[in-house]
Amino acid sequence: MPTFTMRVFRGGPTGGDFRDYRVDADDGMVVLDVIHRLQATQAPDLACRWNCKAGKCGSCSAEIDGKPRLMCMTRMDLFKPGDTVTVTPIRTFPIIRDLVTDVSYNYVKARQVPPLRLKPPDPDGKYRMMQEDVDRAQEFHKCIECFLCQDVCHVIRDHEELKPAFAGPRFFIKAAGLDMHPLDTLDRTEFVRAQAGIGLCNITKCCTEVCPEHIHITDNGIIPMKERMVDNFDPVVWLLRKFRGGRQEPA
Amino acid sequence: MATPAYETHEHDVIVIGAGGAGLRAAIEAAAQGVSVGLICKSLLGKAHTVMAEGGIAAALGNVWPEDNWQVHFRDTMRGGKMLNNWRMAQLHAQEAPERVLELERWGALFDRTQHGLISQRDFGGHRYARLAHIGDRTGLEMIRTLQYHGIHQGIDVYMECNVQRLLKDGDRVSGAVGYWRKNGEMVVFKAKAVVLATGGIGKAWKITSNSWEYTGDGHSLALWAGADLIDMEFVQFHPTHMVWPPSVAGLLVTEGVRGDGGTLKNNKGERFMFNYIPEFFKGETADNEAEADRWYEDKKNNRRTPDLLPRDEVARAIRSEVKAGRGSPHGGVFLDICSRRPADYIRKRLPSMYHQFKELAGVDITKEPMEVGPAQHYVMGGVRVDADTTQGTVAGLFAAGEVAGGMHGSNRLGGNSLSDLVVFGRRAGLHAALYAKNFGGQLVADAGQVDAVVRECLEPLERAGGENPYAIQADLQETMHNLVGIIRKEAELKEAFKRIEALKERAKKVRVDGGRVYNSGWHTALDLRSLLTVAECSALAALERKESRGGHTREDHPFTDDAWGKLNVVLRLREGRVQVSREPLPEMPAELKALFQERK
Repeated sequence: MPTFTMRVFRGGPTGGDFRDYRVDADDGMVVLDVIHRLQATQAPDLACRWNCKAGKCGSCSAEIDGKPRLMCMTRMDLFKPGDTVTVTPIRTFPIIRDLVTDVSYNYVKARQVPPLRLKPPDPDGKYRMMQEDVDRAQEFHKCIECFLCQDVCHVIRDHEELKPAFAGPRFFIKAAGLDMHPLDTLDRTEFVRAQAGIGLCNITKCCTEVCPEHIHITDNGIIPMKERMVDNFDPVVWLLRKFRGGRQEPA
Repeated sequence: MATPAYETHEHDVIVIGAGGAGLRAAIEAAAQGVSVGLICKSLLGKAHTVMAEGGIAAALGNVWPEDNWQVHFRDTMRGGKMLNNWRMAQLHAQEAPERVLELERWGALFDRTQHGLISQRDFGGHRYARLAHIGDRTGLEMIRTLQYHGIHQGIDVYMECNVQRLLKDGDRVSGAVGYWRKNGEMVVFKAKAVVLATGGIGKAWKITSNSWEYTGDGHSLALWAGADLIDMEFVQFHPTHMVWPPSVAGLLVTEGVRGDGGTLKNNKGERFMFNYIPEFFKGETADNEAEADRWYEDKKNNRRTPDLLPRDEVARAIRSEVKAGRGSPHGGVFLDICSRRPADYIRKRLPSMYHQFKELAGVDITKEPMEVGPAQHYVMGGVRVDADTTQGTVAGLFAAGEVAGGMHGSNRLGGNSLSDLVVFGRRAGLHAALYAKNFGGQLVADAGQVDAVVRECLEPLERAGGENPYAIQADLQETMHNLVGIIRKEAELKEAFKRIEALKERAKKVRVDGGRVYNSGWHTALDLRSLLTVAECSALAALERKESRGGHTREDHPFTDDAWGKLNVVLRLREGRVQVSREPLPEMPAELKALFQERK
């Protein structure tokens, strides 16, 4: 059974340090399993969030050797036996304790996104949508709200002063998903410009790179929105696009 | 009165639990114009509903126009081996379609038929393709839809708050006491009505698809508040979970794999389910491979594949194959879809399964069969409720979703859980709000009760003692796995009961260091109380029911017994002891009984 040194951040809002723990890893274990073993045997009070352990709930986000990842989807065989594996909380959000951060910023932003405004149903009272139209918006519905994209976003990470006027990639694609929803009748361009601050994003694609669901956040979400914003906004064009099935992906 | 050492919130209705049922309840209560507090054990949107894969069952009739609520009702009752509360099963079948359409109006993007309507897929025990779905991540879409609808309804959301005890005012529930995970401070909720929507009890078992949250909190809160629990012997071991690598054992493999054409095979390559068709389902189940394969396309002239028998039947069959030495290398059986469906189809229909096997086991399910086996998945038993209002046997207490008992009888059909959440979540929110509006009294929180809970919660941090909470949890999981598993017998159940008693004693000496701020050890220590309570309830009820039915199989009473088919095992706490009694099921009216005579 291979043994690893887990170098884990222990501390709170006022500071902390790294502590090294020697832990065995069984066949197929992921980082979260090793953290659980650590809790059960050496550090019962170690704080960490998790729920599904299947990459579906987005609770166990952390930085592993500096890389933002889900602990439940990071296999230990990525590392060589004997390696030191460093686990730290996601850096952008205030630390509560150990690996747990205060992500309430995201819940504040979530409430600001204008919700679905439904169009009337077909004359028989039913709603019809074609699979190909649904597919485009479904990409954004895959989001598990792990907030790793928010964690690596330079605006949120480095500019505390801009946070009130900036929503971040998670909520750009939330807005994009609603705008692409075949039954939606609201245009969120002004929201995305004025309240969500999409102009501050300089499309470095860091968000896309860390997305565990492989959502094309930048190419399919942010860039089309930016394009639409810089077009002199014409509601007729917007409507046409909406019914034509939206824009193509940029090459 | 001295200044209380805890903050207090007041609401007409509090909802404990923020999965599908809790969110739907909170939305409905808010729509009735009352003040609502929604209390989540985790962050909002992370509850167990997020993991539901295959779909939500509702007789929309989009794929098979022959489908209707009567057929869904009949399938549900037969799947539950007729032990279901008939009225719950009826309301569920009647209201599920409207609840699904409502999710669509709130933004859920279900997969479509070629005519643009909500597509439906086949699942075990359902006569027609009935499950509305979004690939294999239906639960994620559902919780996100409810979450983003809910946050605009004026509901106060309390995240990462663990409720420890309900408060009583005389015979009535009057609120709850809990703690904040982020700082360990205690918090009191005064409420006119309380909705329990806390999910299940799976963390009492070693191999389970359930997350850390599933520690039977609502079941225990209700029991401790004097309410009845029913059917606690019925635990669902879902037949297909990953078995390898060991660290992912228990990770769910959706029934949708079989719904979309996958078949179970043993190590000889045989489709063994044909050898396990019970008498009860013979009339509607194909007895040869050709007919089973034709059924996917032509349901009128063919009978259903035995791969899609109800979950209890399939789980027992897999266990028997493995026991007979016909299992897969890692102690499961093979689930093969790669030889039966094209790779593109598999990736489109089952994206999470593809991803999960690829990333966690290094298996490409479009090229190789999966290795799967049963694991604890769901509890049919729960708080005894009135079918129409979801009110428990204590005034002011309501329950919906997995924490409520009766709806699924002795075995739940796949897809009937998500529909249960929204049908009865809505009813719970509605009736809790109506109850609160009609309640003229004062909101009270008895300081004596609150202080007692606070003291009890802080004990593990203060007492001398050496027990590790994780070790007790692991020992309990081992006990339930070995002694209260898929197949039970009297001697083992008695042994389980003895061991649970010993674990309760050890839990009294549990000690954790590290203070109150987000202390996982302390949280685990506090969860032990509810976990041990539901484990005891499940073992007691299993000991009581001397027959085999659905999610309760007794090696020493291997047959289904008609006399037991008319009885619920009821548990209630009186004078500090859990009392067990047998009480008659509600009698189904004649016009519904007639539905079961039509065809075998």
